[in-house]
Amino acid sequence: MRVWLASLTLALASPALADSAQPASPYAYQQLEDPRQEAQAKALMAELRCLVCQGQSIADSDAELAGDMRSLVRERIKAGESPEQVRSWLISRYGEWVSYKPGLSPETLFLWVAPLLLVLAGGMLAAGQFKRRRRS
Amino acid sequence: MIAEAGLAALWLAAALSLLQLAVALAGRRLGDTRAIVAPVAVAQGLLTLFSFAMLIWLFVRTDLSVELVAANSHSAKPFIYKLSAAWGNHEGSMLLWVTVLAVAGAAMALLERRLPERALHAALGAQAALGLGFFGFLLMASNPFARLNPAPVEGRGLNPLLQDPGLAFHPPTLYFGYVGLSVAFSLAVGALITRDVGPALARAMRPWVLGAWVLLTIGITAGSYWAYYELGWGGWWFWDPVENASLMPWLAATALLHSVNVLAARNGLRAWTLMLAVVAFSMSMIGTFLVRSGILTSVHSFAVDPERGAFILALLVIYVGGALGIFAARISTVREGARFDVVSREAGLVGNNLLLSVLLGTVFIGTFYPIAAEAMGYAVSIGAPYFNLVTSPLVLLLGFLLFVGPLLRWRHDGGRILRRATLPLVVTVLTFLVLFAVAPGMSILARLGLAVAAGLAIASILPLVDRKLTRTPLATWGMVTAHLGVAVAMTGAAADASFTKERLAAVRVGDTLEVGPWQVRLASIEPVAGPNWTALEAKLEARRSGGSPVILKPQSRYFSDPPTETNEAAIDTLLDGQLYTVLGRQDESGRWQLRLWWKPLVTFIWLGGALIALGGLLALIGRLWRERRRKPVHADPEPVHADAEVLA
Repeated sequence: MRVWLASLTLALASPALADSAQPASPYAYQQLEDPRQEAQAKALMAELRCLVCQGQSIADSDAELAGDMRSLVRERIKAGESPEQVRSWLISRYGEWVSYKPGLSPETLFLWVAPLLLVLAGGMLAAGQFKRRRRS
Repeated sequence: MIAEAGLAALWLAAALSLLQLAVALAGRRLGDTRAIVAPVAVAQGLLTLFSFAMLIWLFVRTDLSVELVAANSHSAKPFIYKLSAAWGNHEGSMLLWVTVLAVAGAAMALLERRLPERALHAALGAQAALGLGFFGFLLMASNPFARLNPAPVEGRGLNPLLQDPGLAFHPPTLYFGYVGLSVAFSLAVGALITRDVGPALARAMRPWVLGAWVLLTIGITAGSYWAYYELGWGGWWFWDPVENASLMPWLAATALLHSVNVLAARNGLRAWTLMLAVVAFSMSMIGTFLVRSGILTSVHSFAVDPERGAFILALLVIYVGGALGIFAARISTVREGARFDVVSREAGLVGNNLLLSVLLGTVFIGTFYPIAAEAMGYAVSIGAPYFNLVTSPLVLLLGFLLFVGPLLRWRHDGGRILRRATLPLVVTVLTFLVLFAVAPGMSILARLGLAVAAGLAIASILPLVDRKLTRTPLATWGMVTAHLGVAVAMTGAAADASFTKERLAAVRVGDTLEVGPWQVRLASIEPVAGPNWTALEAKLEARRSGGSPVILKPQSRYFSDPPTETNEAAIDTLLDGQLYTVLGRQDESGRWQLRLWWKPLVTFIWLGGALIALGGLLALIGRLWRERRRKPVHADPEPVHADAEVLA
């Protein structure tokens, strides 16, 4: 009975244990030797979405996939690719969604113009107030 | 019986809110309603409080025949987490929300003496209308007291990430802040209906806005620190939609508490202040919608249920749309406010409101854009790169505005501000140049941030110069403290972004790693056990530049109910920064993953947040102290000068 219970517990717990049984990707938890390359990789990782997490970048996630993606980013940077090359490769593979930095496209134009519009509209509202007040 | 008593109290309270709304709508046709309104509001507050107490009691007893308890608690859980499990879920947190709403209404009915009676009754009617909708939501779509038959033998437990003292009190603090803003909303709607817009309204609204804002500030600061130490990667703000959901009401409340001063002191910005009061609580409701509807998938969304989402969305549309409708219908009858010059305290506060509103609009668009894009069949992720880029210039401009804003005079100021702002400007330029020489690798934004923060630290205390400090009003001390807090928080954020040192490596027991000025040796790895978890604990000996060792014990924890692994970071806090250590997994060759960070001045981020909250608290105490001695406003038609003097 006890053995049966123990194996049942193990079976139930296995999804959590399966992660640690796999060897982690080489650069998931290890920095690049060249500090300049590491800085580049680090900056890029903070801008990439962990695809299985909920609203986290791969730079601050413990998920296995995030580790694999970190390793991939570091390996490609180490091989001499520029961060933007790595980003576009990932976008071509996973779609725009993987990058937290929206590019400039017809779909995202409003996003980038909106802050300027808000400043303009607010400024005009405030300036109009002053003028009207002075005249009256 | 406990659950049934709680549910019955909730139904009674809902009925009373309906009565309160009906009385407010009938208004004078009923004659003198004074004898009805206040007791009804108070009884409603007490009944919901009783209902919430019943829910807490069910969790304390771990009554597994109640569905909510079975789904979120466990008999082996430490006492404090049995308590916090009561509000660490959808139904419980909505009951907490309604409780705060009803208690705030009761407090308003009991304590408010400054407003004309009809304006107060209209405001209580608005508060009852808010309450009614959320009571309906609880009773129809989120009953916290539903029974489970048969009762399970054991509960399912609480998400281990939430089993942390910091998080036990983070949501209630935020909720008190969110819902405190409901009073500003109700007062604004009441004032629009009865057309009583003026300094009396502003002074009635101000303590509520200040109180709610203080709690929001504390809640956001504490939440940021919780994420920092609990998530184990040293980040402190992620621009996660749920973080934004708490930031948006805070930004609106910050703008409101500045504009409400113009209304109180100068009877200016009348329409704008009403608008902000409506927007601030609308942002609270939108935040609740974001978190509770499951429209987002993020770390915080524990309730994923589209039906409930539709209910909250309907409430949101009714309340925000209704308030804006009343605003549009009545605003033309609200007299224009007092005039002011382009260079004046009022104009400075208009600048503050403009920048904060643009910040709010930007965060709002950035948060909702992915949802709208998804609805149109396009996937886009918006995160830190966008928000940092767009908000940083606005925050820097706000910092610059603070160099002169608090020094300006009301109505009109001669051109002498430039001279008064010389010192902070010189400090800013010097800091910028020194940083250029000392740390050439810094990003331009971080360098500007540190430079503006240095100038702001000086500028924030300038309002105290040439004053008799013992006679300076407490509200002025509060302002100075809060503005200094902004400088401190900016310093922390810029320093963390620029000077952090990171070391990730796999080591064997006995090995030493270097990070910044520290040498960290992995002395041992031991298994340890807690009440409902087991863990591996590393013993780290950290020496700063060869000094005496500090012991840190980061853990890798395993929770069995539900099965989850978490990292418990070990942090050593010093005056000039924090050493942050995390123990990861063991790799195939038997080495242990260690993550080490040296983060200079990082604590300034939360120290700044605490100072901002303290400033708000000082201002709140100062205001209440002065108000206590003031007669009711309708007997005192010229209150403007006394208030102007406080702020001058």
